[in-house]
Amino acid sequence: MSVQTTEYVASEIRSPASFLASRVFIYGALAFWAFICLFPIYWTITTSFKTAVDVTQGHLIPFVDFQPDWKGWRSLGLSPDSIFQTSTVREEFLKRFMNSVITSVGASSLAIVIGSLAAYGLTRYRYHFAWFKNEDISFFFLSQLILPPVVLALPFLVLYREVGLLDTRVGLILLYTLMVLPIVIWIMRDQFNSIPVELEEAALVDGLSIWGAFFRIVMPIALPGMVAAFILAMVLCWNEYFFAALLTSTDAKTIPVMVASQTGSQGINWWSMAALATAAIAPLAVIGIALERYLIMGMTAGAVK
Amino acid sequence: MAAATLGLLAVIALEVLYKSSADGVGFETWRPVVYAYVLWGVAIGIGQVLTRGEDGQRALFLLPALLFTIAMVIFPTLFGFYIALTDWNLSSFSGRKFNGLDNFWQMLGDPYYRNALFNMVLYVLAVAVEYVIAFGLALLLNAQIRARKFFRVVFLLPLMLSPVAVSWMIGKSLMEYRFGPAATLARHLGWENPAFFSDPIIARIAIMVLDAWTFIPFMMIMLLAGLQAMSREVLEAARVDGANAWQTFWQVTFPLMLPVSVTALILRIIFKLKLADIIITVTSGGPGGATDSVSSFIYREYRDRSNVGYGTMLAMAYLVIIVVFVTWLLKFANRFVRNVN
Repeated sequence: MSVQTTEYVASEIRSPASFLASRVFIYGALAFWAFICLFPIYWTITTSFKTAVDVTQGHLIPFVDFQPDWKGWRSLGLSPDSIFQTSTVREEFLKRFMNSVITSVGASSLAIVIGSLAAYGLTRYRYHFAWFKNEDISFFFLSQLILPPVVLALPFLVLYREVGLLDTRVGLILLYTLMVLPIVIWIMRDQFNSIPVELEEAALVDGLSIWGAFFRIVMPIALPGMVAAFILAMVLCWNEYFFAALLTSTDAKTIPVMVASQTGSQGINWWSMAALATAAIAPLAVIGIALERYLIMGMTAGAVK
Repeated sequence: MAAATLGLLAVIALEVLYKSSADGVGFETWRPVVYAYVLWGVAIGIGQVLTRGEDGQRALFLLPALLFTIAMVIFPTLFGFYIALTDWNLSSFSGRKFNGLDNFWQMLGDPYYRNALFNMVLYVLAVAVEYVIAFGLALLLNAQIRARKFFRVVFLLPLMLSPVAVSWMIGKSLMEYRFGPAATLARHLGWENPAFFSDPIIARIAIMVLDAWTFIPFMMIMLLAGLQAMSREVLEAARVDGANAWQTFWQVTFPLMLPVSVTALILRIIFKLKLADIIITVTSGGPGGATDSVSSFIYREYRDRSNVGYGTMLAMAYLVIIVVFVTWLLKFANRFVRNVN
């Protein structure tokens, strides 16, 4: 160990200039990419406080270039001076916002419940349905990931109209559940595989049923994985646009559809669009920053053996 | 269990009867069939436990997901294949009529569809560039740096954001021709006429850049996990053997990262094949359909022309192409990884 440490030091001392150069390069590259990631967000947030002149002249820095103004937020009914007044725009916005919250939370929860159960079953027991074995069933679930939304969208449009689920939150929840189910199963399978079977065997010996063992012993251990899968599913559902655009019109419209429908109109209100975009991305940005650990856990499940 | 099956069949039969005769007893919509299906599923579950004991309890873990997926995928897909063979325009009054393979022949001669398919090839090839950037970023984050957590969160952020909001933020606003900062920057760099979405080739590149911006973090995180899982000893050994950083990367790091890379690339390609929302919101396929992906083209086929029958045929053809392509890709990747290791 000590030999290796001296080796390190030796190589670093050997050429302080090249060491410095590599530091400069690394931090330069990091700062450059951080700028690329952050600037569009910065631009959107500041634009929501701009007036028309500031936008068209390309002003960038608040208080130096331009005087911040609540104009964009007022158009959503969310500025300090309009927050206590009733406003139809705000109600419209809140309705879309609630639609997004309900559909994404609903779909993620449903997917977690049925996905975890299925993943648990697949990792612990052997199944035979006709000529299907475990591997085939797993593959069947995971292969749904390949299915592009566009293939399902038109049949669903017709079917939902027949069933009376068009433009309802329930309809969207069912579709989103289908969309995130393979990902949930993928993550949870990885989770359950990492839990030793001996734990449940001991529980079974102690007289718990297999469902009792699952709820009392396995689930508490797998909880972090469930949180990770839930958050990843939330992100995907919240950002989903394609199905929402096709299958909703007035009642169940979600935030992305609302954002998209504003861009088409001529003479874009930059400030109100920016405010809307900020409001649309804010919840996930907060979740992303606060629960980054779980997100990474979800994304890397099964990637590294 | 048998009773429940009978019940389900009875409801379906009743519904078919109602639809075909258009009078008499029956329900207004097909919704009762959905309820009947759910009840049938519950009955199956209970029946399993009652008749098969512990085995039934085990089957109960899998049944909900299985019944759900089958109902949500198999049935619509089969129905889709049927729609694909009909001439059905929602805006015309004649309704749905069977027209065999007409849609198929029309599809073969459709230059816009072929263009969309060609675009998908280009978009998928762009994944290679994304991969290089993502690998570079993962290496940076894996280096001995301060504030690693800060940079990781920042780099991850684009993935969180809704592609539609991103299209607006970057595509419509930052790249806005007159005063968008990106256009201003391009002017300073000597590009006289920075119109990102009027030239077909530049528009395609702009779409790729937008998509890359949101999805590079995805591959980056997977590659970073791979780098962190790599054993230090191997790298130390290479260093002791006198390999410089460049040689270490190509002869040790890169080969060891191959399995993770392949997983990341395949997942990314699968996501890329679904690319639609950015194109729909930024260019609506323009200029002249040049940037269309298959999904966005079909979306407009439905939205603007209400052409359900033809649109579904295009979607089904795309599904077949994708399944063949991804199957080949998985096989190829498997063999590739095995050959190298």
